Amino acid sequence: MNEGVLFPPLPHRIESRAPAAARDISLQQFVRHATVTKDAGRVDACRVAFGERYDDLRRHAGAIKSHTLDHLDAYLDRFEAAATRAGATVHWAADAASANRICLDIAKRINAKVCVKSKSMATEETRLLPELEAAGVKTIETDLGEFIVQLDGDAPSHIVTPVIHKNRASVARAFVRDLDARYTEDPGELTMIARAHMRKLFERADLGISGGNFLIAETGSLVICTNEGNADLTVSLPPVHIALVGIEKLIPAMEHLPIFLKLLARSATAQPLTIYTTIITGCVTGPARSAGQRSGADADGPRELHVILLDNGRSELLRAPTRELLRCIRCGACLNACPVYKAVGGGHAYGSVYSGPIGATITPHLKGLHNYPDLATASSLCGACFHACPVHIDLPSQLISLREQAAQRHISPAPERAVMKLWRWIMQSPTRYRIASGLARFVLSRLEDVDIPLPGPLGAWTSCRTTPRPGAIDFRAWWNERERTKDNDHRPASDRGRA
Amino acid sequence: MAATLVLERLGCHVQFPSAQTCCGQPMFNTGHHADAAVLARRWIDVFEGFDAIVTPSGSCAAMMKVHAPELLKDDAAYAARARVLAGKTYEFVEFLSRVLRVDLAAMGARHDSSATIHPACHLRELGLMDEPAKVLAQIQGIELRPLPSRDECCGFGGAFSVKHPAISGKMVQNKVANVASTRSDALVCSDAGCAMNIDGACRKRGVRQRIISAPELIAESLGLLEREPLL
Repeated sequence: MNEGVLFPPLPHRIESRAPAAARDISLQQFVRHATVTKDAGRVDACRVAFGERYDDLRRHAGAIKSHTLDHLDAYLDRFEAAATRAGATVHWAADAASANRICLDIAKRINAKVCVKSKSMATEETRLLPELEAAGVKTIETDLGEFIVQLDGDAPSHIVTPVIHKNRASVARAFVRDLDARYTEDPGELTMIARAHMRKLFERADLGISGGNFLIAETGSLVICTNEGNADLTVSLPPVHIALVGIEKLIPAMEHLPIFLKLLARSATAQPLTIYTTIITGCVTGPARSAGQRSGADADGPRELHVILLDNGRSELLRAPTRELLRCIRCGACLNACPVYKAVGGGHAYGSVYSGPIGATITPHLKGLHNYPDLATASSLCGACFHACPVHIDLPSQLISLREQAAQRHISPAPERAVMKLWRWIMQSPTRYRIASGLARFVLSRLEDVDIPLPGPLGAWTSCRTTPRPGAIDFRAWWNERERTKDNDHRPASDRGRA
Repeated sequence: MAATLVLERLGCHVQFPSAQTCCGQPMFNTGHHADAAVLARRWIDVFEGFDAIVTPSGSCAAMMKVHAPELLKDDAAYAARARVLAGKTYEFVEFLSRVLRVDLAAMGARHDSSATIHPACHLRELGLMDEPAKVLAQIQGIELRPLPSRDECCGFGGAFSVKHPAISGKMVQNKVANVASTRSDALVCSDAGCAMNIDGACRKRGVRQRIISAPELIAESLGLLEREPLL
């Protein structure tokens, strides 16, 4: 994997990558087409299924998550107890290094040679794969998109659709190059080529690694939603399975799962339900399973099931102002809705595992605002993300709050802070306002259609726009003139306040 | 001006308090909240005597209706006043449709032309994205053409447009392409910032496009303003 894409030298600025991506015509086309289609699909799917009640539903889902986060310590304990009773082993990882160490220790103990992995943002976050490879465990991404990313030594560009920045032709070329396949751009054929390759590895694998979409505290269950069935093979074929899951993925009980399944599939891919929705409770050696009908020769699934609960900065986000960010179910809807994500050609410009609006809001908290000083400013605050979020996270307010911190900690540019002070000073007095706007009218009327390079913000503005044209009519002058004429008509001017 | 003429035609007594300046949104959005609060309080002082505050700019409306009460919620002297004022502040089209419940057709509004509508993102915040089309569709003779990716931001975003010109520029380029594809006589824009941005990008790219506000289109359709010749 190209480590530098998602783990660039810090500090990282989105501006260091955005201009080139904005000029890349094919990248723009791929990302725009995919996100516009997905976003429209989401809107339709939600309207058809939920109609007028959609807003209530997403507020309700958000409230369930908020409740869980408000009592996270208790629910985590409840999960650990239930999962352990069912035969799973629960591990706690404070950070990426300890999560990876737990995985490597297990791999070593069982002498793992081949590991099949299903899609997991948590493992991207901890950079697990290169560590497994370095330890001599051949690891295969079995999600088709992640598999292509792995072959190309690339990095995922979207939370749900890792290869949103690629087209069929580049997949075809990768398969010819690395899998000895014949050249085809047919998606069905490409899928079958990948499937045939992966099946052999699934059969040999002695370790499976996955993430998790939800953890159910009441039953100790792990829920995985996919469309390819690869996660089910990852969980059920190898004798040992590890699920690396962020602590925010908890929900209290099984009865809370349906609302999230309904929202997740529709928000992510406009489906009523993901093709595979798998609930794993314990393992064959655990009491829950061996007591039931699935025992003896019938037994399937792993002999060992490990669930690693990953913190890695999440408890920092539990503080009240940012807690709502942990409601995220990683559906990617905010990425698809976001015009900035489109304009920067997908996730790579963000220089972090999580991109789009959710990435722009959590990354500065998880990795330091000073390390990502311009992620929060790279938004017009258009609110499309908030509107698309199935758990009602107010992402624009989170961005504004990051900007506030940047201003307070002097991370934002000093000229901007000075301009805002100046603006406030001007706007505190109608006289100063009148002088300033008169001056602006004068300058802009002189600059009209002048096409020369201008300094500073004006230059930035005119890089893609002409200078603003002052209105044809000065409203205040028009208004005052009219009032003067009215006064001459002896109209009462004392009825201020009557509409 | 158009807003004044239309409101007066609808029977409102319109006042323009000349002490008004800026609502403080630029400071609020860039995170300079103490500076923004100074102007938000000033805004309340200037406007609270009126029955209704109407603004033709979606972003100013959103600032006063949504963000000012939040910004001033811990200010003992202003919190309650901000909430009251937020409740009687309206975006122009919202005021026409939800308060005055206008019927432009019955008033004889007519405009034989085609138009496409860019509802500013702040209307999304206010739940008014479909409102301009609902009101403007009452004008006889107008052909409202659907704007592809209508709800997508034009890339203005205040300071954003000069801090991230490549990103903002790409966004407005997409918007201009979509607007031009409708081949409409006019683009109706619900916010002065968007209008300035889209107009600048159109002219930079040599796209001739008339851009007007909803009040202007309505004023023209009621014969209150002379119709500008089409470009």
